[in-house]
Order: sequence, then C-alpha cells, then structure tokens
Amino acid sequence: MDWLLQQLINGLALGSIYALIALGYTMVYGVLRFINFAHADVLMLGAYSAYFIAPAIHEVMPLPSLTGTLIIVLLSAMICAGIGILIEILAYRPLRQRPRLTVLITAIGVSLFIEFTCQHKAVFGADTKPFPQLMPVHDFNLGGLVIGSNDLVVVVTTLILLFGLWFIVQRTKMGTAMRAVSFNQQAAALMGININRIISFTFGLGSALAAVAGILYALKAPGIDPLMGVQPGLRAFIAAVLGGIGNLPGAALGGLLLGLLETFAGGISGLSNYRDGIAFAILILILLFKPAGLLGKATVEKV
Amino acid sequence: MHRRYFLSLSAISCLLTALSGCSKTGGDSIVIGEFASLTGKEATFGISSHEGTLLAVETLNAAGGVLGKKLELLTEDNQSKAGETSNVVNKLISKDGAVAILGEVASSRSLEAAPICQQNGIPMVSPASTNPKVTETGDHIFRVCFIDPFQGTVMANFVTKSLNAKKVAVFTDVKSDYSKGLAKFFKEGILKVGGQIVAELDFNGGDKDFKAQLTAIKSAAPDAVFIPGYYTDVALIAIQAKQLGLNVPLCGGDGWESQTLLDIGKDAVEGHYFSTHYASDAASPAVATFVEAYKKRFNGKMPDAMAALGYDSAMFLADGIKRAGSADSKAIRDALAATKDFEAVTGKIAINAQRDAVKSAVILQVKDGKFKYLETVAP
Repeated sequence: MDWLLQQLINGLALGSIYALIALGYTMVYGVLRFINFAHADVLMLGAYSAYFIAPAIHEVMPLPSLTGTLIIVLLSAMICAGIGILIEILAYRPLRQRPRLTVLITAIGVSLFIEFTCQHKAVFGADTKPFPQLMPVHDFNLGGLVIGSNDLVVVVTTLILLFGLWFIVQRTKMGTAMRAVSFNQQAAALMGININRIISFTFGLGSALAAVAGILYALKAPGIDPLMGVQPGLRAFIAAVLGGIGNLPGAALGGLLLGLLETFAGGISGLSNYRDGIAFAILILILLFKPAGLLGKATVEKV
Repeated sequence: MHRRYFLSLSAISCLLTALSGCSKTGGDSIVIGEFASLTGKEATFGISSHEGTLLAVETLNAAGGVLGKKLELLTEDNQSKAGETSNVVNKLISKDGAVAILGEVASSRSLEAAPICQQNGIPMVSPASTNPKVTETGDHIFRVCFIDPFQGTVMANFVTKSLNAKKVAVFTDVKSDYSKGLAKFFKEGILKVGGQIVAELDFNGGDKDFKAQLTAIKSAAPDAVFIPGYYTDVALIAIQAKQLGLNVPLCGGDGWESQTLLDIGKDAVEGHYFSTHYASDAASPAVATFVEAYKKRFNGKMPDAMAALGYDSAMFLADGIKRAGSADSKAIRDALAATKDFEAVTGKIAINAQRDAVKSAVILQVKDGKFKYLETVAP
C-alpha cells in the first residue's frame, strides 16, 4: 500500500513538471495554431540562465535561500521571454503568411539550431553540468512515505501558474486580444489589435513559463546539459495533445496523467524497460476514442 | 550559376580527398588514429583517456619515437553519440591512413568501430571497453582492460562477502551494452555464491527521473543495490535514492569513476562502492611515475583510471609496433596478439586467446568527496 501511495506521489511530482511545460506548448498553439518545438530548448536555456546567474546572486545573498531562488527564477524568466520574442521575430514572423507546415518545419529547425549551437565548446559544451542547490530542501516523512519539498514546490507552482495563465487569458484585456487573434487574425487586426504585439507577448509569456519549468526540472535532477529539454519536451507535447491542444486545464491534466502512467509502468519489475512504450500505448488508446483530447471538446473556447 | 559553383566545389573536394589519401602513406611518421568521446554525456571518460594517450605519445616521441619514426596521433571526437563513431573511424582509416586505431571507453561505441577496423585489417586497441563482445568481433581487436565477467564476479563477491549483503537489487541501463553485460555477470556471480536477486529494474541512460524504479527497489528491501551505469545517471540515481530513504550501499563498476559523479551527486554518493582498473593512491613505482608525469602535463590534475588506461593503450600499441619491427598493420596485429607480460600502469598485462587483457581489479569507495582505495582483487 505504501508502495502504491509513494508511486502516486512520484507520479504527481513528475506529472506536474510535464504539465508546466505543456502549458507553454498549448498556449502558443492556442493563439498561433502551431507547435513551437523550440519550447523545449527555451526550457534548457532557462536552466542554463539560472546556472549562470546563481553564482552572482550567491554573492549578494548566500544560497540556498527562497528569496534568492525567486530572484533567479524571475531573471531567468525575463531572459527567456526575450529569447522567445527574438525567436518569433527572427524565425516565425517572416513566415506568418506561409502554410502552417512551413512554420512547423522551421520550428524544428530552430530547435535543432539551439541544441547544437549550445553543445559547441564555445557556448555551453555538451557535458553535463552540476546544477546548484537554489532552495533549502527538506524531505517530509509521513509514515514511510517521502515527499520532497522540491516536489511540493513544483505542484504549487504549476497550480499558481495554471490559474495565473487562465486569469490572463480570460480576464484581462491582453487575454481578450489573444483570444481574438486566435479566433481570426485578420478580423482582430481590423478591430485595431496590434497582432505583432499580441504574438510577441504570447511567445514571451510561453518562454517565461518554459524557463520556470526548466529551473524546476533542473532542481529535481541537478545535472543539466544542452539536450536536457528534448525528453521532457516530447512528453509535454504529448501531454498537451492528450489534454486537448490549446486547452490550458487540458494540458495540466494530460501532464499529470502522463506522469502517473510513466511512474506506474516504470515501477514494475520486468516492465520498467518498456516504461515509455506502455505510457505511449495507453495514450494512443485514449486518443483513439477521444481524438480531440480529453478536454478538447468539453470546453469550447480555445485560449 | 549556383549549380556550376557547387559542381566545381565538389570536384575540388574530391580531388583533395584523393590527394590526402595517398600523401599519408609512407613518410617518416607512423599515423595512429584515436576516437574518443571528448564531448557529450561521457565526456570526462573520453577526455581522460585522450589525455593519457596524448601523454604516452608525447613521452614516446620525446624519447626518439618508435622504430626511429615519430608517432603521429590523430584524434576524432564522436560526441558520445551512436552513429558518429563509424564516420570518424572510417575517416581515420581511409582518409588519414592510420595503421592502428585506439578507442574508446564506452563499449557500445567501441562495438561500432570494431567491425570497421576488422574489415580493413587495422588493429584496434580499446583502452577501457569491458564488454566481452568488443574483442569477439574479430582477431584485430584488442583491449588493455579486464572484461565484465571478471568485473561482475569481483563485485558480486565484494557485495556478498565484504558488505555481507544477501538480498541484492540490480538497476540496469538498457541503452548501454556495458551496463547490460555487467549486470548479467553480476547476477550470475551473486547466484553462484548463494545470494538472492530481489529486484531487477531498468532505466534508459539519459533519464532524469528514477523515482518510480527506486520506489519499487525500496519496497523489495534489498541489502545493497548494484547500478552498472555511467556517472551522470548514477549521480542522479543516488540523489533520488537518498530522497526516497533507500539507505543501503550502492555499488557499480568502472563507469562510475569521474569527478562529475562527485560534483553532481555530492553527499548522496558518499560511502558507496565501485570496482575499477587502478587507484592513483596505490603504492607502486609505475603508478607514482605516471601520476607525476600526468600531473605535470595537465596542470596538477589527478589521473583517473581512464587516463591510466588511455596511457596504457598507447604504450601497449607502441610496444607491439616495436616488436613487429615495422609499421605494417598485419605485423602489428601479430605482435600485439603475442604479448605475454607487458608492464602497464594499471598492472601486468597478458593477452589471452580472446585478445583480452588478464589483470587485476581494484575496489574504491567514495569517502569525504574523494575516491578511496579499498582492496585489489587478482584475476
């Protein structure tokens, strides 16, 4: 029984990370109707930003500290927001009127470009770097069950950001504009909405989310390398599709489900080899019966 | 216009390739090719073994070279990636005209190079690939390290006797030939001495979350866990094992030995054990001389086992060339195969019928953020 509950905790912790990354995928898709494959690499850049900022913050206020972490996360999120906006302006904006497939291929190109540039010796190098411990950690013991403080932070952050995003999209003027652009770009432009600004904002926000996810991921497994985003990025993309792409709560739900599936499959002796295979087979089954994703049709409005 | 430009460019490059192909044969130097993982996941292995090899070649050349000719070491990086090795080894053989190939640490990638060397009749010496399959590829493939059946048995004996563990769990990296091989021989060793395997779980090298498998291992309540993986993964596994309260000794093989294990794992890897090829703090004059030369050449860096094996592989090859009396690949192969007792830094090497080195292993423990010598196990 303990074993089952512990796996539940492990699965939720892993799933929350996937959910957090999936939020970024799904939001950009919601507005622009294309998958920003470079999202996973912005996540990696977020982790590296924190890696390079941390020593400087450590000078001012010794780490591990909560305030210090918050500052590092904010700075990294700002850097990544800038990078995200830059990627959009340089790579995607010139292709705005082209078929969506062109943009999709470009996104894969951008992703590979970032990955392999960063692997170069003069940039980050391809070897794994030890990620500093930013926050004080404590493992809570509840009668044989272990809950890490980092895992709690991940869950809480995901919830806060999910709510925050929902609020921005549904309750602010910017969000209304985003939804208008999502609905019909030309009509939105005719209504006096600055499309470029809205799209830049969307990318900035999505990339800031990726940075937060990257740092939390690096805290969970404190070894970072330029390809660290690939695996969680793929999982998060699938989580977003599973939940119904373009749907924020759907992305969170998909992430949690995927995390749980992986954890339970991985915890079975003899089957752990096929962990990803089992998780993905179940996903295919779900999508066979609900092609639009779990929440794809239930809620009509797209972000 | 564009097309013509492209055509002439490719014509020139073809010409260059052809020219460089023939200009290398003959001459007053002996070309040795080396492939190593200088970047990527197992970069510290590749860098260490490369530095050892480089030191050996420089030492030999300073003493007048081999057979009156200088050794020319050409090094290629395979970025710790599958598929890249065959490219660089093909280049070293057909374009650069290497008479022998040195490389590499990871068995999966040595296995990629071995058939190419075998087909081309070029002798290959692996410094540290311990999977038996590597030399089974053919009669041109050698190694200067022990093999996993030996390493697995050593660790099985150590775990059951020295650590007094009866119930053991095994956690294998299914992506790596090295890990799978070592796990297999370890399990056989445990069963032979009457131990019990209570849990067998797998991970994929490069995974970041191991809690699912570790929770399953913990629920099986083992006395020790054997993790035949590479250092990056092992460090993350140790951290998460500690978080989950899996407080039993973790053990592994020579894939653990890297400063990165300590940098990432910190206090989570403290107190755990692994087997490897040599200990830099062992009392032996050959080791002391090597450690001193290495530290002098590489800014005071302590040589690890991979550096020592890299050094040994080049020295072993040079010894073969000397005894062959020529830089002909066939003659070198025959001389290498006839090696009886070559004095290497990592111990005396005899090459057996399988072209594997027969030699002893050492067991180290992580203590106070350092690797500490525990015991030597003879073959």
